[in-house]
Amino acid sequence: MSDIHLQIDGKSVTVPAGATVLDAARKAGVEIPTLCHHDQLEPFGGCRLCIVEAEANGRTQHIVSCVYPVEEGLVVRTRTEQVDRIRRTLVELLMAHAPHAPALEALAEEYGADPDRFEKDPSFCIHCGLCVRYCAEVKGEHAVGFVDRGMRKEISFLPDIASRVCDDCKECFPLCPTSYLQAAYVLTQSLAFPSSP
Amino acid sequence: MERLNSPDALESYRDEVLEGRDPERPSVAVCAGTGCIATGAREVYAAFEEALDGAGLKASLDFRGTGCHGFCEKGPIVVIEPGEICYLQVTPDDVPEIVHKTLIEHETLDRLLYEDPAKEEKVLRESDIPFYKNQERLVFGPNRTIDPRSLEDYLAIGGFRALTKALFEMTPQRVIDEVTAAGLRGRGGAGFPTGIKWGLCREAEGSPKYVVVNCDEGDPGAYMDRSLMEGNPFAVIEGLLIGAYAIGASEGYVYVRQEYPLAVENLGIALERAKEAGLLGEDILGSGFDFRILVHRGAGAFVCGEETALLASLEGRVGEPRPRPPYPAVKGLWDKPTNINNVETWATVPLIVDRGAEAFAAIGTEGSKGTKIFSLVGKITNTGLVEVPMGIKLRDVIYEIGGGIPDGKQFKAVQTGGPSGGCIPEDRLDLEVDFDELTKAGSMMGSGGMIVMDEDTCMVDVARYFIDFLTDESCGKCVPCREGLKQMHKVLTGITEGRGKPEDIGALESLAETAREASLCALGKTGPNPFLSTYRYFKDEYEAHIHDQRCPALSCKELISYWIDPAKCKACLICLKNCPDDAILGAKKTIHVIDQDKCTNCGTCIEVCPSRFDAVVKISGEPVPPPIPDEERVIVRKRKQA
Repeated sequence: MSDIHLQIDGKSVTVPAGATVLDAARKAGVEIPTLCHHDQLEPFGGCRLCIVEAEANGRTQHIVSCVYPVEEGLVVRTRTEQVDRIRRTLVELLMAHAPHAPALEALAEEYGADPDRFEKDPSFCIHCGLCVRYCAEVKGEHAVGFVDRGMRKEISFLPDIASRVCDDCKECFPLCPTSYLQAAYVLTQSLAFPSSP
Repeated sequence: MERLNSPDALESYRDEVLEGRDPERPSVAVCAGTGCIATGAREVYAAFEEALDGAGLKASLDFRGTGCHGFCEKGPIVVIEPGEICYLQVTPDDVPEIVHKTLIEHETLDRLLYEDPAKEEKVLRESDIPFYKNQERLVFGPNRTIDPRSLEDYLAIGGFRALTKALFEMTPQRVIDEVTAAGLRGRGGAGFPTGIKWGLCREAEGSPKYVVVNCDEGDPGAYMDRSLMEGNPFAVIEGLLIGAYAIGASEGYVYVRQEYPLAVENLGIALERAKEAGLLGEDILGSGFDFRILVHRGAGAFVCGEETALLASLEGRVGEPRPRPPYPAVKGLWDKPTNINNVETWATVPLIVDRGAEAFAAIGTEGSKGTKIFSLVGKITNTGLVEVPMGIKLRDVIYEIGGGIPDGKQFKAVQTGGPSGGCIPEDRLDLEVDFDELTKAGSMMGSGGMIVMDEDTCMVDVARYFIDFLTDESCGKCVPCREGLKQMHKVLTGITEGRGKPEDIGALESLAETAREASLCALGKTGPNPFLSTYRYFKDEYEAHIHDQRCPALSCKELISYWIDPAKCKACLICLKNCPDDAILGAKKTIHVIDQDKCTNCGTCIEVCPSRFDAVVKISGEPVPPPIPDEERVIVRKRKQA
């Protein structure tokens, strides 16, 4: 595969075609925040925190670096005033759900987010989908999935599968940025398969 | 029927159909589109069958149910030839008289004709009705003359001539060049040049390639795609065939929502007929080109109109968009190159190929060619579907075709482009409608919805309403749309309920910026438009709600009070008896007073107060005057002079 050359925050970097802008940034040593990204999983593009400004062929636009494939000559800026402002709002929106999640608190500090800007809806899950995708893509089990759609979408353990596989695994637990996953698991376990150890 | 295995076979079948038809032969066409069916067209149709049978006329005239004629306000519509006599709001009871008087005695029934309110004159011919006269019905026109299930009707108006031309006289590249030269832009919303889109898919590596018809029309109040699919499915099929040939696809899908049962039914029949005739399947018309079409019924999610969500749904997955690039032209259905166009776009293709790019490009503006079908709804006299040349003034659509605002009300705004479009105010009515001008005005073409609003509409509430719709229809995948629109909805609801704070505008602006810049798909990116455009043009209404707790349109329930003007109240007891909350105090000859603590602002009193008194008033942003003293409430009626 051919190599693609691009510039990120003034640093030149070369990556193979098909890589994402996030891959390139990491190679260049430029840090871009993410919540829903995981190296072992297919890019998802749900949290949008890794948004950056990208310029190509005289056109400047905002792109989401974890899903955007690199292009020759792309000029990427990861910390413009607007990018920071958008990230701040995204963190504020998530903090309406999980105001004390350590991952969000750290981002709030970096981007000056006000945890109380939006009306609280403490449902804790921020729908990054890491647990769901990890269980499906890495473990091939589908013990946890999304149920319902749109605004009402939630994660849920499927007791049939979870009672069989989760106790020996729990690899998704540390992935959850808000610790809601553990609570959902304990709840499912106590309601649906309490006899398991 | 026998398969038509060459262009000559098609032409001789067409000749056969035409020879069997006498243009002078009388005909009766009943609009059988969904709009007219809702107002009773099926019953009218049945009444005609019975009456024509009874009069023994069945054999001597053509009787058919057609697609939607567009003038839905006045349905059911019946058009009689010769003379193009157009009867409106026909009921089954009118039918025997129509058969007797008009068909047998050749007299017109004046009471069923359209009356031009400006001239107080009856209009005989359908095309002379101002609603139609000011339109240019290029794509939508055949709807009113053909039976959508009849291949012969479609052939009689030149159907499939464009297909033969493409297959036998043009290379695929030549077809693409023709569509590009015509300047056709996608009618589904984004307005991307169709020919260029086709070219990208043709050049993409991978096989097989797919073509898809997007009939997942989901904008509230918009139904042009439904009416085309119901009324002229063969045109969509022909367009898709031509596109498939140009792109090099051998399989096509029609994604149509399940809530469009008549569209699904008519399309299914048309596909069967086309297959029987050899216009679908293997070796079409002996050209060596193979193509089949499958129908997929969607479950009605608005977001599935977005092309990548539509493809996910077609594949049997959750209807959630995925990031672009890669674009479907490169990596679409089952990761193969796929071209998706909207119903109206596909239905326009045969016209371009048949008449040539030049004829099509002669209509419209520099950047937007041809005509566009709009669904004109809301506070408008002539509700219906209208097809107009690009570049027509918005004012002409609303006043010349739409007949203006009913009930003597003032125009306030027109919302174009569906829920995530924008509201355009009175002083922009001279805007020339095309893709670029609408975008410049902070709205968009979208798929062609036009919702007219009058002075009673609160623009903050409109923004709240549309963002509520979009919040509900968000797929929930990405944060700026799922969380951002939800918070925008909360803030807007607060403003309409009198809890607005000065900092709300800043919050809405940053939520709008975040959704527009960071959302995954067009639903989220355009989601803030209802707020952005209403704030741009009606900032004073936002300020009145936030700073003065006042709704200038007197519409937001939490911000208004009802009050009875003691100078006008005649103590007639009507409001008092109708008030569901017993909140009105008074008696015969005692002026009525609303107990503000009991009143729930339901508005019943204002509706029932006789218009000659007009005593109930809505108040917003100021205190309700205190009730007048009891002694002044007694009405002493003057005795009539003897």
